[in-house]
Amino acid sequence: MTLELFIFYLFAVITLSSAVGVVTARNPVYAALYLILAFFTSAATWVLLEAEFLGVVLVLVYVGAVMVLFLFVIMMLDIKIDTLKEGMVRYLPLGLLVAVIVVAEMIFVMKSSTFDRAIPEPAPLSIDNTKALGEILYTEYMYPFEIAAVILVVAIIAAISLTLRRREGVKKQNQGEQVRTRKSDRLRVVKMDSEKRTSTRQEERS
Amino acid sequence: MLTSTLIPMQFAVPDFAPAIPEIFLLIGTGLVLLIDLFLKDSQRFITYVLSQAVLLITAGLVIAGFNDIYLAEAAQVTGKQSITTFSDMFVLDPMAQILKVAVLLITAGVFVYSRPYLFSREMYKGEYFTLGLFAVLGMMIMISAKTMLLIYLGLELLSLAMYALVAFRRDNGRASEAAMKYFVLGAIASGMLLYGMSIIYGVSGSLHIDHIAAYMGNHEVMQNIGLLLGLAFIIVGLGFKLGVVPFQMWIPDVYDGSPTAVTLFLGTAPKIAAFAMIIRLLVEGLGEMVQGWQQILSMLAALSFIIGNIVAIAQTNIKRMFAYSTISHMGFVLLGILAGSELGYAASMFYIITYAIIAAGGFAIIILLSRTGYEADQLNDLKGLSTRHPWYAFMMLLFLFSMAGVPPTVGFYAKLSVIQAVVSADLVWLAVIAVVMSVVGAYYYLRAIKLMYFDQPDEKDGAGKLLEPAKAGLDFNVLISANGLAVIALGILPGTLMALCVMAVKASL
Repeated sequence: MTLELFIFYLFAVITLSSAVGVVTARNPVYAALYLILAFFTSAATWVLLEAEFLGVVLVLVYVGAVMVLFLFVIMMLDIKIDTLKEGMVRYLPLGLLVAVIVVAEMIFVMKSSTFDRAIPEPAPLSIDNTKALGEILYTEYMYPFEIAAVILVVAIIAAISLTLRRREGVKKQNQGEQVRTRKSDRLRVVKMDSEKRTSTRQEERS
Repeated sequence: MLTSTLIPMQFAVPDFAPAIPEIFLLIGTGLVLLIDLFLKDSQRFITYVLSQAVLLITAGLVIAGFNDIYLAEAAQVTGKQSITTFSDMFVLDPMAQILKVAVLLITAGVFVYSRPYLFSREMYKGEYFTLGLFAVLGMMIMISAKTMLLIYLGLELLSLAMYALVAFRRDNGRASEAAMKYFVLGAIASGMLLYGMSIIYGVSGSLHIDHIAAYMGNHEVMQNIGLLLGLAFIIVGLGFKLGVVPFQMWIPDVYDGSPTAVTLFLGTAPKIAAFAMIIRLLVEGLGEMVQGWQQILSMLAALSFIIGNIVAIAQTNIKRMFAYSTISHMGFVLLGILAGSELGYAASMFYIITYAIIAAGGFAIIILLSRTGYEADQLNDLKGLSTRHPWYAFMMLLFLFSMAGVPPTVGFYAKLSVIQAVVSADLVWLAVIAVVMSVVGAYYYLRAIKLMYFDQPDEKDGAGKLLEPAKAGLDFNVLISANGLAVIALGILPGTLMALCVMAVKASL
């Protein structure tokens, strides 16, 4: 067994067992952490396949951003574990059936003559695939790349226009106004006439 | 370090000239978006004028590209008037030019029609116009797309802007429901389309429409189970987007639930883009599989005629009635495409452009009848329109006659040419269903006309007086009159537009 194969099996075993952990963990936070482990080891598999860009992106995007959001959501929601686990046994046969069908379909597709085409030769190691992707993205695929950017702009506009609202009666701070405040805004100087001592007090003192 | 790069060595900076209208539209939209941020609510008129200017200048730029010298050169070399740029991903041909002009001008009309509606409902915001402009950009990208990648990206740009527009009146429960349905079903449809595209890509090894067509040319396509599966998924996706039976469920709810100004937009320009998408994918890309898609589209068209026209009879809401009528009209569009001949494609193109013009007019009248706090979307709201507004009633009469296909309106000629195409493709049974169902459909159009001309208005205010007629601005009145007269003029003299469509199809496909 070569070292490469050994590393592959090591990561594959960790990926699979952590994937099982995602489904079986009783605590949703543990499940999310297992998912992070699964993503991380899959990223390692990508690197092993000389697709280092995909590996890095997987870690950055999924582990770094998506899973952190997941964890936030899980911690904010009060999830009852018992209700989630209800019916696990009841739905298990159906789930297994679906899994078997999917696996059978995948094997069927892989073996079918329709998609039977030569596996492309791996590019020599000297080619840096991050650089290669960048080069092709900013030359040949410039036009679709720009359109994808426009789609993101539209998503931002849509999200803001649908959620931004000025609500009445909301108490909020206006720092600018707070800083600009002057003495006359806060302090009221009341002019009062001086009063004479009343006779009753004098009597008390004495 | 020659080997360290994967870019083709011959990569040259692409020719931007064919895409100048799109580039201008994007820059203009960005400017409108920025300027709008600095305007007060009372100055929204500026946003509106700028958006209109951007649309009209873009249309001018597209028209300036007609008779382009490079197109003529391309025609002499390859026999087809089409030039591609951006690594062959963007195509400019006469069909794309005509469809783009139609989309731009119809959207400009839609903005004119929707302004009073938006104004009276506190929806007169810059986002309506900017999202509308982005949707137009999406349509133009779809129309000029030469790879499946761009078809999908353009479609998503269009759909995303549309989802937001449907949900625009956020505090309205029905609008939110419509937006939710539209979003979920639209996402499923995109998924189907993408799945079909990925299968086709897996089999043919390319996303480019021409390469797919070339692959099809030297393979037994009708025996290839992978291609057939891909075709089926693509047709499901297209069917959803176009809204033909059995993928029509979202149409009535979305048309009914959205603000009428958005329904007006949704029901007109995007249909033209959907037509372009079908032509690019099915005719240009999967042209060799014509046998396959002809069968499927025939069934879709026949079901659309039957369900669209029969269910429309039961509607009491005009917007829902128009929604079902759209379904049957889209059946007619499919009819021309499935004929599989140049004549058929041209007839379909004529149909979709004229339908967008008619539908814009029809929805404009609904907008006109509505007032602040009141949507005039029930059929009974049309009662006695002829005594209240004789001119608007006459315009509505023209639009309804045209939808029903009564001569001399343009609807008649459009239906006739589509049916001619399908008869010459030996699909007489389909033509018979189309004609019979058009007669059934005439019932509900004529019922609306009867309500307008033979019933008494019964809308009264508290004191028992007839309600004041709605007032519209000069621009609205001029445009609706031009729109109505165009329906008649195109009906009597369809030759120019039809010749343009035939020329475009001959030169492009």
